[in-house]
Amino acid sequence: MTSRRWPKRVALFVGVAFFCFFAVFPFLIMLINTFKQDADLYRPQNNPFIYNFPATLDNLRLLFQETNYLTFAKNSLIVGGVVVIITLVIAIPAAYSLARLTGSLGESAGILIFLVYLVPPSLLFIPLFRIVAALHLNDTLWALVLVYPTISIPFSTWLLMGFFKSIPRDLEEAAMVDGFSRLGAFLRVILPLSMSGVVAVIVFTFTLTLHEFVYAATFITSSDQRTLSAGVPIELVRGDVFYWQSLLAAAIIVAIPVAIVYNFFLDRLVSGFTMGAVKG
Amino acid sequence: MEQAAKHPAIIKTRLQYLTDRQGFLGTVFLMPAVMYILLLVAIPFFLAIAFSLSDVTVGDTSLDYVGLENFRRVLETPQFRRALLNSFIFTLTAQLIVIILANILAVIFYEDFPGKWIARMLIIMPWATPISLGTIGWLWIFDSKFSPIDWVLQQLGLLGPDTLLGPGKHLNYLGREELAMVVVIFIHVWRMLPLATVILLAGLSSIDKDLIDQAEVDGATFWRIHTRIRIPLLFPIMSIALLFGMIFTFGDMVVVFVLTRGGPVYYTQVLPTWAWFKGIDGGNLSEGAAVALFLFPLLLVVAIFMLRSASRSEVN
Repeated sequence: MTSRRWPKRVALFVGVAFFCFFAVFPFLIMLINTFKQDADLYRPQNNPFIYNFPATLDNLRLLFQETNYLTFAKNSLIVGGVVVIITLVIAIPAAYSLARLTGSLGESAGILIFLVYLVPPSLLFIPLFRIVAALHLNDTLWALVLVYPTISIPFSTWLLMGFFKSIPRDLEEAAMVDGFSRLGAFLRVILPLSMSGVVAVIVFTFTLTLHEFVYAATFITSSDQRTLSAGVPIELVRGDVFYWQSLLAAAIIVAIPVAIVYNFFLDRLVSGFTMGAVKG
Repeated sequence: MEQAAKHPAIIKTRLQYLTDRQGFLGTVFLMPAVMYILLLVAIPFFLAIAFSLSDVTVGDTSLDYVGLENFRRVLETPQFRRALLNSFIFTLTAQLIVIILANILAVIFYEDFPGKWIARMLIIMPWATPISLGTIGWLWIFDSKFSPIDWVLQQLGLLGPDTLLGPGKHLNYLGREELAMVVVIFIHVWRMLPLATVILLAGLSSIDKDLIDQAEVDGATFWRIHTRIRIPLLFPIMSIALLFGMIFTFGDMVVVFVLTRGGPVYYTQVLPTWAWFKGIDGGNLSEGAAVALFLFPLLLVVAIFMLRSASRSEVN
């Protein structure tokens, strides 16, 4: 039996190694190049995977001190934070409504709202560009704060709806027998039990605002109002000079923490994506 | 019961009476979300249609009706036709490859092995990272002069004078039509594979393990189990992964925008980038809106499929 398992184990590990390498190859290159000297990087005959010259921190110094990178990061945090709050305030009641209060209509309405999540920004960015300008929000972070919830609310509502449905109705009914109103039962009993769903929504919404590029590139043109996803490739690549190492450093610094946090909430987010086709 | 009667909350005010009524509370709770979507998704969508039928530009924002003039002008340009074709080529090819690789990867991750947690984190990285930043890494990897891949090929004696891929010392990936297209597809595969994998993995985990064990006891080979049991059972969830992948790839502007800006010439242009270059870069909002609207029919078809598969899974 064990002898028959050997080839299978080897094939498994070869497969894992291959796919892991495929997934992280660009991140590996980013990481190596972050600490490379110009003289090392810009010689085509140098081995690109090792340090032919001593590693240096100059590129990081340049990134943090001489570019708007920290401003981009601050802007991304502001936009992400405000959008998370708006999303929670609107999506939590909507999800509860669809899960409990609207009866059989709720499920179909939920799917319809979820489909809005799939409307790509590239379909609507031109009219929204005009709307944002008409509201005098163009070239400010508030343009993004206004528009991002159109993507985060649908997915979050869908995710939370699944959560609320999984809580037994008896709990609310017991609370209401105890004298809570329907609203009170929701706030005091259901919401505390759904905290892990709320946290998943926070993570999802925040990463979404961090990822989004089309609106960020369209609505904002001033360097000091840019966010990370558009600021890094537009402001740092399209300048007169490519500071390649700093640019790649800018990417890897965002990638690693996001990947770690995302990984913790992966199963929750996947349950949203499978649209109830998998009953766990 | 007596205790409940003494509870102060039981004395109903008018407000409480209203919040206890399901229909009222349900409407109040749902309204903000519906309003948000109507104002900032539905209205912009109809505005996009209005733009595409008008002569609006960044400079002259009045909407004068011009009929289908924009569509006629857009369709006449070779750039648009190429963008339309590319959008389909990139989406379909990338998703075909993704679904094959995701099947393999999901079966691998279904097994238990040491270090699985960290391996899963690495696999998920392309999806978790903002694609505009991930693409920058690839931009360097496919650089015309400093590509690490070129270096490896040179060391292996495959690239350079008198070699298989020579005589040039560089492949110049993004400067050649076919290669640039391959690279765009490659990056889409890299980016979408994690999502398809985790969706399929969720599907695999929901398959009754007894069924597989029983088949193994009966002497079925791995391949037979896979093609006769797993794939048919996974089919609904596989179609969901595919639909997500298609929507995200078809609507994606970032990969082409950061990597090639549509070049060389306009050979990697796709609908979203072409809409951007026309509408925002060129300031011709009406033609840009017309280009972007070509995304809609495919999205609609995919959405209908999703609704159908979702309602089917509910019947079950």
